[in-house]
Order: sequence, then C-alpha cells, then structure tokens
Amino acid sequence: MRNWLIGAGAPVLLLVAWWFLSESSLDPFFPPLRTIVGRFQELWLFEHFQSDVLLSLGNLFLGFAIAAFAGIAIGFVTALVPPVRWMVDPLIHFLRGIPPVALVPIFISLIGFGTQMRVTSIALAALFPTMIATVDGIRGVGNDLMDVARVYRLTRRERVLNILLPAAAPQIFSGLQVSLQVAFIVMIASEMLGSSQGIGAMTLLAQQSFMTADMWAGILLLGVIGFLVNVLFSLLRRKVLSWYIGSRRMARAA
Amino acid sequence: MSIRQAPSLSTRNRKSAMAQQPETRINATTPRLDVAHLAKSYGSGEKSHAVIEDLTFTVDAGEVVCIVGPSGVGKTTLLKCLAGLHPASSGRAAIDGRPISGPPREMALVFQDYNRSLMPWLTVRKNLVLPLRHLKLPAAELKERCDSALAAVGLSHADNQYSWQLSGGMQQRVAIARALAYRPEILIMDEPFASVDAQTRFDLEDLCLKIRKDFNMTILVVTHDIDEAVYLADRVVVLGSKPARVLKIVGVDLPAPRDQITTRSLPEFARQRTEVLSLIKRPV
Ligand SMILES: Nc1ncnc2c1ncn2[C@@H]1O[C@H](COP(=O)(O)OP(=O)(O)OP(=O)(O)O)[C@@H](O)[C@H]1O
Ligand SMILES: [Mg+2]
Repeated sequence: MRNWLIGAGAPVLLLVAWWFLSESSLDPFFPPLRTIVGRFQELWLFEHFQSDVLLSLGNLFLGFAIAAFAGIAIGFVTALVPPVRWMVDPLIHFLRGIPPVALVPIFISLIGFGTQMRVTSIALAALFPTMIATVDGIRGVGNDLMDVARVYRLTRRERVLNILLPAAAPQIFSGLQVSLQVAFIVMIASEMLGSSQGIGAMTLLAQQSFMTADMWAGILLLGVIGFLVNVLFSLLRRKVLSWYIGSRRMARAA
Repeated sequence: MSIRQAPSLSTRNRKSAMAQQPETRINATTPRLDVAHLAKSYGSGEKSHAVIEDLTFTVDAGEVVCIVGPSGVGKTTLLKCLAGLHPASSGRAAIDGRPISGPPREMALVFQDYNRSLMPWLTVRKNLVLPLRHLKLPAAELKERCDSALAAVGLSHADNQYSWQLSGGMQQRVAIARALAYRPEILIMDEPFASVDAQTRFDLEDLCLKIRKDFNMTILVVTHDIDEAVYLADRVVVLGSKPARVLKIVGVDLPAPRDQITTRSLPEFARQRTEVLSLIKRPV
C-alpha cells in the first residue's frame, strides 16, 4: 500500500513541480505546462483522438499481440524440436548479447508506408525478447516435473499446456514485458519516420513546425500511454502469476 | 482415515475379496515385479560411473516390500529404473514378465523430492486431478477419487490451497494422495513419510497396509526407518554399498493384521529389526 502511494505520488509531485516552475517561462522551447495542457486538451481530446491516438494504440496492440503469440509459439517449437533448435540457437546466442532496443533501427529500415508495414515491424521487433525468454523458460523447467509428467503418463498436449507453459510462465512474462517496451518504441519510431498519422507523426510534425507546446503535448500523451500500458500489463501479470508471486513471497519469508 | 472403495470398480472388489486370504496369491509363479542382475550407471564413456551393478529381487502381487540401505547407495536410482524413467544399463526389470521400457500404466511413483514434484501453479485438488484428466473419468468418480484420497491422508481441508502454502509434511501427503487418486496397481514410494510427524507417520503406515488389503495393491517402499520397514513389509530388501548390492532379503513373519502397538511390542518384531539393523551396521 505504501509502495503504491509512493509510486503514484512521485509522478504527481513531478507534474506539480513542473507546473509551478514553468508557470512564467518565456523560453520558447519550455512553454508553461498550463499552455501544454491546454494544447493537450485541444489536440488529443478529442480532435485527433480517433484519427491518431486510436490508430497508434491499435497498431501497438495488434503488433504486440502478434509478437506475443508468435514469440511464445516459436519459442516452444525451438525448445522442443531439435532440428529447429539447432538452426535457431546461433541466432538466439547472437541476439542475447544485444539489448533489444538496439535492434530497433533494423526494423525501422524495414518500415515502408502503410499501416500493415508498421504493424509488421512492431511485431517483428517485439518478437525476439518473448521468443528468447520462452526458450530459456522451457529449458529451465525442472527434470522432476517432467518425470512426474512421464510417470503419470500425461499426453503430449498436457505436457505442453499444463506443465511447460505454466512452469515457464514467469520467464515468458519477463520477455513479454521487454517486448511491450520494444513495441512501444517501434510504434512511435514507425510513425515518426514513415507516416503522416499517429501520435508520433503529430509530435514530430509539431517539432518541425516549431510548435513546441504541441510537441510537449505529444510527448506528454506518449508518457501517459506508456504508463497506462505498463499498469495494465502489471495487473495482467499479477493475475496470471499470482501463484508465482505468492510462492516467492513465501520463500522469502521462510 | 480411510480410503473408500469406488463401487463401480468391480474388478477391484473381486481382487480385494481375494486379498482377504493372504495365502491365495493371484499368480504365485510370475512375480509382479522382477529385478534381475539390474545395473545402472550414469553418464557415458570416461565419465560414466556405476551406481547399481547387480541387483536381484522380486515383488509378488499384493506384497509390501521395503528397501533399506545407506544414503547415496542408489535407491532412488533403482526406483526410477523401475518406473521406466531411466533405462537400465544392463540386466532386466519387468512387470508381469514384460520388460519395463517406459513408465508402466499400472504404476504410480511418489517422489522423494515431494516439493519439486508438485505443480506450484495448481491447488492441491488440481494437482490430484491432473494425472487423471486423460483417463476421461465421469465427473462423479473423479471427485470421489480425489475426495477419498485427500481424506485418507487427512488433507480434506486443504484442497483449495496451493502446495507452497503447506508445510513439508503436508506437501508429502499431497504427493501420496496424488498417487492414491491415480489408483495404481503397483505403488512405489521413495521415503514417503520422511517429513511427517510421528502420529501422521503411524497413520500413513496403516493406510499403506489398508490400501494393500482393499485394492490388493503391490507396494514397494524405500525408507530409512528400520522399524517402519519391519512393521510394513512382508519382506525387507537390505542394500549395501558400493556399488549397490542386495545384502539380504529378510522375510518378516509378523501376524496380520498389524497394529502399531501390539505388533511393535512383539519379541519377534524386536528380533527382526535387530537382524536388519545388524546388516546395515556391519555390512558383510
Ligand atoms: N541423474 C544423475 N546423474 C548422475 N549421477 C546421479 C544422478 N542421480 C543420482 N546420481 C548419483 O547416484 C548415486 C545414488 O543416488 P541415489 O539418489 O539413487 O541414492 P539414494 O540411495 O536414493 O540416496 P538417499 O537415501 O540419500 O535418497 C549418488 O552418488 C548420486 O550422486
Ligand atoms: Mg533417494
């Protein structure tokens, strides 16, 4: 509870500080927060809400969903089918050493025009963290659990869905978290580079036409979206992994 | 503590009727479990090391056999070979004359590492249900099996908890209940009562004898407790190291039904436990 208060309190405090410190700013690059919020309202609520905000969010979620689903599926196939593992393993070893964000330029260069291309590049970039985490998670499943599965003659399907998937879930979720960040970055970048629509495009356009208040409003919106998306993700994780969080807490207490 | 019988299982009833008279074994010639010159080594080539070199013993249908032996001698390894989890390096292990090549359908194994053998993401009841799902039992029978198995180990109240919320002894009982709900014909347990308190331990030992009687189950138990081995077993296999070999198979002639107080105070009980103990103390 206290952690939660601090977590919510710190950003609020920052905003308050920003509000008062920028109150009488005349610097064209740092307009008062009051002006920014005004533009925020005019721009995003609700003139460009549908045309740009929803478009960006839709791309983000679609791309992330594809990445999550494909990443987990490919991760499973890689971990469980030896020939695939031999082919994919070198790629994984190579990618493991690179921070996921560093791969973003590759996918940005792939970005063409049109929504489809943007969703594709989001999905491709976000795929790898989840895939690698899934492979690692499955390899980390203890022999004891697999022995139990064999003794009680669980079917192949049960072993995958009822043993491997839940046992690897904590790792898979760490991968998904990174994928989500990457998806968010690629979403913004793809709009800044190859689009005239979307929050990223609007924000860059504002910057290029020296409308700093609009630019800050765009950045503010991206911050708010990033924050909310992370909160949603944490809630989902807490629900799905409640057993894991509980058992960890128990183990620490003991 | 009791395991109720499912009325639908007529074959079980027939078998249990036969088990009332211990003299009439179903098939006295082919042993249920047959271990002959079994050897097992881990690793291959240079690094291979033999854990078991030449083990021979049998377990008859409806018999309770206990295995005792020093720590690290290879008891768990032996059980894993019998459960079809590890292939034997040489020699043979067979069920009803059939060589064991994978986990046999009629067998359940209670693992020594009980806390690592339970699924932490499932509640106690769901842990019991998971091995039964592919049997496609009617819902009523599924529930009855879980209920009676949980009641038998005294955990009816814990069925909605997660295993990590339970004490070590309770987790061990969940692992036993999972095997009971599976209703195996052959039950193999690896130090199953090691972390339960003395009272529960007595109850579980008696449960073991009861399910043998009710279901004519064949039971093989590894234990470190010599008194427990003598109390439970029809025969005790005493293992010596190293590598693992059978020092002696001690037949236990204690009258049935056994009782925690009267059986343990018989002079015969003391004599048998002394025999086992001296084998372990001074390996010949
Ligand atoms: N998977 C494995 N790979 C290699 N060596 C193993 C493996 N499992 C067990 N061993 C070795 O085999 C030997 C016998 O181990 P095992 O667990 O069978 O003994 P145990 O009789 O069950 O001991 P305890 O009474 O302590 O449970 C040990 O020396 C152990 O190190
Ligand atoms: Mg052992």
